[in-house]
Amino acid sequence: MSLLFIDGNQAVAMGAIHSGCRFFAAYPITPASNLLSAMLDTLPSAGGIALQGEDEIASIGYCLGASMAGMKVMTATSGPGLSLYSENISFAIAGEIPIVIVNIMRQGPSTGSATRGADGDVQFMRWGCSGGLPVIVLAPADVSDCFTLTVHAFNLAEQYRCPVIIASNKEIGMTSGTLDMERVEKPAVIDRTLHEAGPFLPFQVKIGEDVPPFLPIGGPILVRQTSSTHGPDGYITTNPSEIQAGVERLQRKIDSNMESFSYFDLEKREGARTLLVAYGITAGAARAAAAELSENQNIPVSLLVLKTLWPVSEQVLQAAAMGMERILVVEMNLGQYVQEIRRVICNQRVDFYGKMSGQLISPKEIIEEVTRG
Amino acid sequence: MDSLLNPDRPPVFCPGCSHDRSVHTLDRALKEMGLKGSDVVIVSDIGCSGLFDTFFKTHAFHGLHGRALTYAAGIKLAQPHLKVIVTMGDGGLGIGGAHFLAACRRNLDISLLVLNNFNFGMTGGQFSCTTPEHASVASSFLNLLEKPFDVCNVAACAGAPFVARSSVYRKNLPELLAEAISFKGFAVVDLWGGCPARYMKKNPLSPKEIESAIEKLQPYQGVISTNIRREYSSHYREEAAKDTAGVDWQGIEKTFEPTVKERREVVFLGSAGQRVITGGGLLGRAAILAGMNVTQKNDYNITVMRGPSVTEVIVSPQAITYTEVGKPDVIVALSEEGVRKCWGLFQKMEKEGRVILAAGVEIPTTDAEVLEVNFKAGGIKKKERALAALSLLAQTGDPVTLEMLREAISQSFHGKRLEEARLVLEKAATIPV
Ligand code: SF4
Repeated sequence: MSLLFIDGNQAVAMGAIHSGCRFFAAYPITPASNLLSAMLDTLPSAGGIALQGEDEIASIGYCLGASMAGMKVMTATSGPGLSLYSENISFAIAGEIPIVIVNIMRQGPSTGSATRGADGDVQFMRWGCSGGLPVIVLAPADVSDCFTLTVHAFNLAEQYRCPVIIASNKEIGMTSGTLDMERVEKPAVIDRTLHEAGPFLPFQVKIGEDVPPFLPIGGPILVRQTSSTHGPDGYITTNPSEIQAGVERLQRKIDSNMESFSYFDLEKREGARTLLVAYGITAGAARAAAAELSENQNIPVSLLVLKTLWPVSEQVLQAAAMGMERILVVEMNLGQYVQEIRRVICNQRVDFYGKMSGQLISPKEIIEEVTRG
Repeated sequence: MDSLLNPDRPPVFCPGCSHDRSVHTLDRALKEMGLKGSDVVIVSDIGCSGLFDTFFKTHAFHGLHGRALTYAAGIKLAQPHLKVIVTMGDGGLGIGGAHFLAACRRNLDISLLVLNNFNFGMTGGQFSCTTPEHASVASSFLNLLEKPFDVCNVAACAGAPFVARSSVYRKNLPELLAEAISFKGFAVVDLWGGCPARYMKKNPLSPKEIESAIEKLQPYQGVISTNIRREYSSHYREEAAKDTAGVDWQGIEKTFEPTVKERREVVFLGSAGQRVITGGGLLGRAAILAGMNVTQKNDYNITVMRGPSVTEVIVSPQAITYTEVGKPDVIVALSEEGVRKCWGLFQKMEKEGRVILAAGVEIPTTDAEVLEVNFKAGGIKKKERALAALSLLAQTGDPVTLEMLREAISQSFHGKRLEEARLVLEKAATIPV
């Protein structure tokens, strides 16, 4: 038996290499800069390219170019950099450019605290770019998730030709932990579907499908990419029905398949009247709290750890909440994801506990919150 | 070779727009070079110059305003055989100034055509970074107050190895463009032309006037010999090929039996320079040698060579769900500023807890057993303190033993550093406590 001793950011880097990522560009920002180092250390020798951009906008721009030229790409940043990514994220949505974006969240607002964790970007990741179309956001809870969800993130980006954001946190990214590579879940790697035969239009989908087959810029068949509103041929369109069909497809390709990538852990306990809901770094404290309450204090509590934050899985939430008297959502912010849970679970009591002080929420605080009733 | 113009999409610029001429000139250059459409990608951004990619039967990438050079760089690195041609207006150049400087410095084999018409045409003729001070444009008097930017001077200063300035009306322009596109490196062509719909309404600009304005400036005709150097993409691949560092997928093999049955929390409170984080890492590695789970969380100043340095290590035979220290089993207190940062932790300790305290460091009262150590008297230097303290901890066998620590050290260090670390362990064994 052997164990790796790595932090969450290194695990993301390994997940990326495992997934076939061969292009990475980022601008150094705490707490994501050691992910840049990890990629610089490993990608060139794996035959890939790792770059340090002149700023965040350039970094994601390099990735979008390389992705359209056929490579699997990733970038990494934190809240301040994610803000600068916004316009290019909506480009990746509109242009259906596969990219994995790692957001190692830190205390905001604004510059905030570079070395303090928080989960304050949870709604921002969903709604932070123009147009309001869906994005996929996966939230690892520990080092092992950092590996596995990165592989899922690449698979989803490639499969649905879209940006996928990994919502990590300084407390996961820069905290080292042990990882048994033999036991960690390694999803099968999926590559983007290539156009096979017949005339090629860059945004033409096959009948009954919602994702256009891909060809790289630079191959023998000409490819067009554009950030402007376009039809299947990749040229600007002003035809309202074509525009409407285009945006509806962009929404549908993510939303109609979402249950297949709604990742979560559910610890169901007999007799539980309270359901704890947590994600990210807070999931660990919630796990410890639920175990302590159930095993030592005779207060059985169920726990739902969400790993896919966006799109919101109504099925997962409703099934976990069924029969519960109280749902307690714990987050390292002032109450963001709880709004989604209140939207979905409207006939049950949904409470919130959270803080954004740079300190982790402890199991003790959660236990107090549960027992307060 | 045939024209690469797209027969289905003829240029649609305003009558008399110099962009129309640029499109045809670029096509002539590509034709003369004998390039196929699939050999070329045109990367454009926003504005009238952003229509360029639609007029050609080549690969095309039309992206955000001012960012074309960034996409072009990604494409070139991924598909090195492509001729990557970027068209940008003076508007996009101003927006993407940092990318322009970076591209000049980097020297990827990309050709940038700046379609310079001294204003933002599409949005109504506002001033750009190249609008002359005396021009009358749609941004009120603002351009009066700013100095226009000389694209070529900036490019040459920033390191571009090929820089040329030309009127779009110049006779041998196709040859110049072909030279720029063939050049193995970053080539900038500052192409001056007119926007009759906006800029030229109030600022008449004949081809002759353009020529004479260019003649008054420092001439740029192509290769800047002092900036000649290796092309980035091929150089990158060459350097990368020397890089042999791989990923360690294996990790640390279990060679010892676990020493503790339950979670242990160990905190090192020190200062920059005491190698506190390295010490925490060695403790972690030693515990992993016994197959135990470990987390390590560090806290240090952004000015890494000054200020407190704290590391929290949790060791457990069970899974570690919560990664913050609640009730430390061991505190290694090496410096005043480290202790002050976590003053409250001492009160949380129980009487089974242990504090390894550097002599002279003040700590709050605690129920834990305190072992005061005179590192100085033991000849332990500042940078050796964390490791020395760790070896004192290992002497108790909880949560790691000295054998485990020795093994962790020999797996982590090599050469001189390894010898030094072993010496610290020897010295620590004789410290008066
Ligand atoms: S607005 Fe100016 S730059 Fe644009 S097409 Fe018309 S004349 Fe040309």
